[in-house]
Amino acid sequence: MNVHEYQAKALLREFGVAVPGGELATTPQEAHAAAARLDAPVVVVKAQVHAGGRGKAGGIKLAKSAEEARDAAEQILGMTLRTKQTGESGKLVRKVYVEAGSEIARELYLAIVLDRAQEKFAIIASTEGGMEIEEVAEESPERIVTVPIDPNHGLQDHQVRQVAFGLGLDASQREQLQGFVAGLFRLFLEKDASLVEINPLVVTAGGDLFALDAKLNFDDNALFRHPDIAALHDPDEEDPRELEAKQIDLAYVGLDGNIGCMVNGAGLAMATLDMIDVCGGSPANFLDAGGGADKEKVKEAFKIILRDPEVKAILVNIFGGIVRCDLIAEGVVAAAGELGLEVPLVVRLQGTNAAEGRKILAESGLDITAAETLAEAGERAVAAARGEA
Amino acid sequence: MAILCDANTKLLVQGMGRMGRFHAGLSIEYGTQVVGGVAPGKGGQVLDDIPVFDTVRQAVAETGANASVIFVPPPGAADAIVEAADAGLALAACITEGIPTLDMARAKAVLRGSPLRLVGPNCPGVVTPEQCRIGIMPAAITRPGPVGVVSRSGTLTYEAVDQLSRLGIGQSTCLGIGGDPIIGTTFTDALALFEADPETLAVVMIGEIGGSAEEEAAEFVESEMSKPVAAFIAGQNAPPGKRMGHAGAIIAGGKGRASDKVAALEAAGVAVAHSPASIAETLAEHAPALLG
Repeated sequence: MNVHEYQAKALLREFGVAVPGGELATTPQEAHAAAARLDAPVVVVKAQVHAGGRGKAGGIKLAKSAEEARDAAEQILGMTLRTKQTGESGKLVRKVYVEAGSEIARELYLAIVLDRAQEKFAIIASTEGGMEIEEVAEESPERIVTVPIDPNHGLQDHQVRQVAFGLGLDASQREQLQGFVAGLFRLFLEKDASLVEINPLVVTAGGDLFALDAKLNFDDNALFRHPDIAALHDPDEEDPRELEAKQIDLAYVGLDGNIGCMVNGAGLAMATLDMIDVCGGSPANFLDAGGGADKEKVKEAFKIILRDPEVKAILVNIFGGIVRCDLIAEGVVAAAGELGLEVPLVVRLQGTNAAEGRKILAESGLDITAAETLAEAGERAVAAARGEA
Repeated sequence: MAILCDANTKLLVQGMGRMGRFHAGLSIEYGTQVVGGVAPGKGGQVLDDIPVFDTVRQAVAETGANASVIFVPPPGAADAIVEAADAGLALAACITEGIPTLDMARAKAVLRGSPLRLVGPNCPGVVTPEQCRIGIMPAAITRPGPVGVVSRSGTLTYEAVDQLSRLGIGQSTCLGIGGDPIIGTTFTDALALFEADPETLAVVMIGEIGGSAEEEAAEFVESEMSKPVAAFIAGQNAPPGKRMGHAGAIIAGGKGRASDKVAALEAAGVAVAHSPASIAETLAEHAPALLG
């Protein structure tokens, strides 16, 4: 789960990590008041959306007075921000963060991540703050310092020293970095973060360190033990269909094709998208209905799939292991009937009780194309979407 | 022979809830020796003819169990894994989906010094056809034979096994290694076990987007494997930055793309199926001796 910059900075403050003063505003008037309270020579007005690249897209503006901050907020609030990360459709800005500006001497990069390959945590730091770390890794990997941390030993002082020397910090800054990284690491562990990224980490003209931008990512699987983090979730930042699917325990990802998919199991669901592509078609979504796909679940899944106006056909692909295909078939028939399904439906049933399931589909009186193999399913769904079935 | 489990395996079930009991029943039906269950506070009871113990250690002492299948819910699952290791078991398959990554990172670090081999979590388990079923796989689709199957996914494993069985190619052992970012047995571990198993003549591996386990497996195939390997990578059209069902199936920071995995495997001499419908055919073409 992602959170906004303003939420990330509140958490950093809670864990003793230095951040500039700042306030959230949802109207130009609030931005004016916030800037006046901050009483800094320069403030920065920043669009709060879950996406990087905000500056280039016009979502971050400098202001030298409260009036200028109000004008900047006026321009940013309500705009649709299009960055590399948001794609064409962009994101509507509903909130801005007004933050005290600072004199920047150096911009650095610092992150704590889970290193999947090493099965450890790692501190990643670079002298190239403000750039995406992937870009630095590509262009000048020698400017990146990576220090692994054993999950059961925790953070050691010498590891932070290694980072500090790698960044070329002086004695006072090295001392500051110990507290800074210790706070980040405590946040990482105590809140089950999967990414804590400070980019840039700033060294001011006065030699102080603080976090100018912050990106926090939390492990969805651990939210059950962090109600405070779960409460930071902003539904406005998510695809409404993905949100709705999540509420009924379905994994859904919207795509830009026209064949709606309902599959049991994540791997088979990904493979079904691949199959459609191999057959020359284009999937409208990923949808993993999970193990127990009964009538109600099938119905809800169909509803979510059909909310996408591009959908010209639906492919149901079930490999019945423990799930019995005849029960799934009953669910599909009932759901299709109750919803008065108008797009062509291709159903592939395989595994436990598949023959019985196909019989139920054939005798339903509904216009359902049955398929036995994965290849047949793909071909028939693609033909149906083209209006050839 | 096979790998990981066979007719002599004595299995415990950690977590005797609805799911644990249901699948314990199916495993017993398949002929697996399920010797006990573990459910703290229910020690001394007998559920579905299975004696239940409070701790794994006690269960091992009284039954001689050497393996366990874990159905414990996410908050306590990592602890259950470490309990299995502390009790001296040789194998544990953890079915539980949704374990916090931090818990798994810590558990995995503990396992490095232990003889326990963990399969999963978030996996369907292990089946050695006609000998032993650990987990939730529909064992009826398997048949004994020379091909080892290893996969990050559940239902896609069934798809591959079904394709093999339809071509008349049986399996030595089928295992799902799980869809989480941190798992016990990796592709490389499984390939090493299959390479060392005299009854396995070829391997099918089914990967997916996210992480770099397939790339590491490709290196292993190139340097250490003598047996033919066929593969399929799911998620060739998955958009970056989106989690595709499994916690570990995500292209992040330009890493974990299917195309990179396919390229690495092909460079290592693995036959990669470009359609999920031709996984078994791809193996049969790569290793024609399998069809006799």
